[in-house]
Amino acid sequence: MSWLRKLLAELWGLFVDDGRYALAIVVWLLLAWLALPLLDLGGGWNALVFAAGLLAILAESVLRRARR
Amino acid sequence: MLAAFLASLVECVEALTVVLAVGVTRGWRSALTGCATGLLLLLLLVLLLGHALARIPLHGFQLVVGALLLLFGMRWLRKAVLRAAGVLALHDEDAIYRHEMLALGGQAGALAGLDKLAFAVTFKSTMLEGIEVVFIVLAIGAGHADLLWPASLGALAALLVVAALGVVLHRPLARVPENTLKFAVGVLLCAFGTFWAGEGMGYAWPGADRAIPVLACAFLAVAALCVACCRRMAREVAR
Repeated sequence: MSWLRKLLAELWGLFVDDGRYALAIVVWLLLAWLALPLLDLGGGWNALVFAAGLLAILAESVLRRARR
Repeated sequence: MLAAFLASLVECVEALTVVLAVGVTRGWRSALTGCATGLLLLLLLVLLLGHALARIPLHGFQLVVGALLLLFGMRWLRKAVLRAAGVLALHDEDAIYRHEMLALGGQAGALAGLDKLAFAVTFKSTMLEGIEVVFIVLAIGAGHADLLWPASLGALAALLVVAALGVVLHRPLARVPENTLKFAVGVLLCAFGTFWAGEGMGYAWPGADRAIPVLACAFLAVAALCVACCRRMAREVAR
C-alpha cells in the first residue's frame, strides 16, 4: 500500500503547494460556476468577475506568504 | 479549406504556446511525450468515433481541464512571484532535486523518467485544443459531405505550420533565465486555465479567444505588482 500512498502524495503535490491557496481556488471555481450566474450580471461580466477573483486570490496568497 | 486552416491555426497556436512554455521550463522529453500522446489518442478517437465525437460535452471537458490548469498555473505563478521577490530562494527546486538524488544514492534511472506535471499539462492542452479542431472540421464538414476532406486538410496544414513554428522558436526561448520563464509559464497557464474554466462554465468572454492575451496581461500585471509589494515589505522589515 505504500506505493499507493506515494502515488497519491505525488498527485496531491502536483496540485497543492499551500493548502489554503488551493482551497481558495477550488471554492472560487465552485462559487463562480454555481452561484455567480444567479447574480444575473449578463454579458461578459460573469467571466470578468471570475478572473478578478482569481487575481485577488493570487495577490492575497503571495502577500500573506511574504508577511510571514 | 481556408476557414478550417485559419480556425485550426488559432487552436494549434494555443496548444503550441503551452507546449513551448512547459518544454522550456520542465524539459522537452516530457512535454513532447505529453503532446504526442495527446495527438495519438485524439487520432485514435477520431478513427474510432468519427462523427460521434461531436457529442462529447465540450463545456464539461473545458471546465475540468481549465480547473486543473488553474491549480497547476496558480501554484506555479505564486512560487515564481515569491522567488522573484526574494521571499523564496531562486533555485530551491534544484537544491531539492540534488538532495533527492543524494538520498536515493544516485538512482538516476528512477528520476530520469517522465516529468508528470509537464506530461499532464501538454497532454491535456493538446487533447483540448485537438478536440476543438475536430469540432471545427466536423462543423465545416457538416454542411456538405464534400467539404469534410478539404476541412481536414486545412486543419492538418495548420498543425504542420504550427509544428514548424515550434521548431524555430524553441532555441531562442531556451536562453531566457529560468525564473523569468517560470514566471511567464505561470502567467500563460493561469490565462489559459481561466479562459477554459470560464468557457466551461458557459461564460462568454468579451472578444472570445482574444481574451486570452488580455488575461495574460492582467495576471502579469498583478504578479509584477505583488513582486514590487513583497520587495517593499522586505525593505521595511530590514530597516
